[in-house]
Amino acid sequence: MNAKSAPVIETKDLDRNFGDTVAVRGLTLQVYRGEVFGFLGQNGAGKTTTVRLLNGVLGPSGGTACVLGLDPVREGTALRRRTGVLTETPSLDERLTARENLSIYADLYSVPRADVAHRVDTVLATFNLADRADERVGGYSKGMKQRLALARAIIHDPELLFLDEPTSGLDPVAARNVHELITRLSRREGHTVFLCTHNLSEAQALCDRVAVLRQGQIAAVGTPSELAHRLMHNLSLEIEVESAGVPAALNILRATPGITKVTRYNGTIRAMGAGREASPDLIASLVHAGVRIFRVAPQEPSLEDVYFALQGEKEALS
Amino acid sequence: MNWRAIEAIVRKDLKVISRNRGVLIPLIVVPVVIFVALPALVALIPATSNLSGTSLARLGDLVTQMPAGLQSALSGYNEAQQVVILTLVYFLAPLYLIVPLIMVTVISADSFAGEKERKTLEALLYAPITDRELLLAKVISAWLPAMVVAVGGFLLYGLVANLAAWPVMGRVFFPTTMWLVLVVWVTPAVAGLGLGTMVLVSSRAQGFQDAYQLGAAIVLPIVLLLVGQVTGVMYFNVGSVLLLGLILWVADMALLWLGIRTFQRSELVAQL
Repeated sequence: MNAKSAPVIETKDLDRNFGDTVAVRGLTLQVYRGEVFGFLGQNGAGKTTTVRLLNGVLGPSGGTACVLGLDPVREGTALRRRTGVLTETPSLDERLTARENLSIYADLYSVPRADVAHRVDTVLATFNLADRADERVGGYSKGMKQRLALARAIIHDPELLFLDEPTSGLDPVAARNVHELITRLSRREGHTVFLCTHNLSEAQALCDRVAVLRQGQIAAVGTPSELAHRLMHNLSLEIEVESAGVPAALNILRATPGITKVTRYNGTIRAMGAGREASPDLIASLVHAGVRIFRVAPQEPSLEDVYFALQGEKEALS
Repeated sequence: MNWRAIEAIVRKDLKVISRNRGVLIPLIVVPVVIFVALPALVALIPATSNLSGTSLARLGDLVTQMPAGLQSALSGYNEAQQVVILTLVYFLAPLYLIVPLIMVTVISADSFAGEKERKTLEALLYAPITDRELLLAKVISAWLPAMVVAVGGFLLYGLVANLAAWPVMGRVFFPTTMWLVLVVWVTPAVAGLGLGTMVLVSSRAQGFQDAYQLGAAIVLPIVLLLVGQVTGVMYFNVGSVLLLGLILWVADMALLWLGIRTFQRSELVAQL
């Protein structure tokens, strides 16, 4: 990511309404070249509408957007030549073969005629579909269709890739291949990836920055660790103790000021709200009470913690 | 215009149609019935049956009820020849127009609404083509096969009609000037009428069957033309066919204008 370069995507107060329903409200964000930008949100939060707005497939009700230096409303056709989109459903012609699907889209995206066959073969091989390239897509498994849809999204080697749930329906091996592809596209080839996902561990592993969308509005934006430190003020402490000492440990932890929640799974206890600086005193109290401790690990909040904290915070406010 | 993209969409649609039995069967059966079975049957009736007595009297009555122009066109032929000309040249002319109409209705229902139903439209809407290029591609992929079948069917119809009626007519009697005008001037306009209707209907329909059932109503004016001819209310001659074509082309222009207004990416994507 190059935060100093001009943003590849820049929106200001972008709105989109469908009648009385607000799909996207006041969306302001910047995405930089080579960045993997995670766009997180529940179903209906406005992720798909945002992708449509950024590709000029849908016009905004208000605000502005600039993508790859182009206005999606006035220059949508030129813009879409440089973007690739994996839609939520694979959107493949099931009566055509994989090769036919890809060849048609290579023509649609103006891949040089002389390169079409080679390019099709290359992406088929990348997604392990070469041996079934001439079979009709109707006979493919869900995972194969998803891989083919991904292959189609990159058939023209786009500068900016929009991926809506790219690993949905994929087995772990195929999902890992997709993760590697995303990493390769962004790190080595400088492509920008706009990743819409529900998969928080995927976002944590792949994204340079994330935006959490809720009811069409951005609730937070930043790197996963920035969000964690900004939104999760208190760390949690994971303590593994001898089973005989669990009741005493629970009593001590619950009585400790600042600890907001204590959960237990067998011999492992998780104390929320216990900061790193509180750890030595806590451990001393437990040892003093005769609790035998095997392991103490301060827990960094995950993107998942941040995400659910944001959803809860907003729900409490609404 | 991005003709390469347009050609790619046409190629895609034609391949999809050619692999869809539900669409392909009516596209084969209807032309075979109208262009082969019907002319052969009609031409063979006077050749193989003995038209005399009450049958001829009925035919005489029928001819006297026809418009004067048609009676004049039939004068000079014997009764058997009159049966052939009346049916193959006049009565079946409106029925011929039903073929391109059914073709475009079926193909465009699959191409527009079917694409929505199969959830393949969204990827197409993200492609770097303008709304007009997409509409043009969709129009060509329905209009082109309809015209190929209509023109090919006309040649086949002429061949079957002349061969089957040879024992009665003793000469090549088909096509007439009226039929040539019908094929060159009216047929593309009829196909355009069906297409324009389907563009409007498909924007509201959720699937192939939905669009096809709504769009099939466009066949009714052609059925009225057929009834009009058989009952002697009107008949096809060069002048009336030219006028019919003109009316249809004007209707096509109006539908095209409405279609361009309706066929907008943002409207289509909002329905997905």
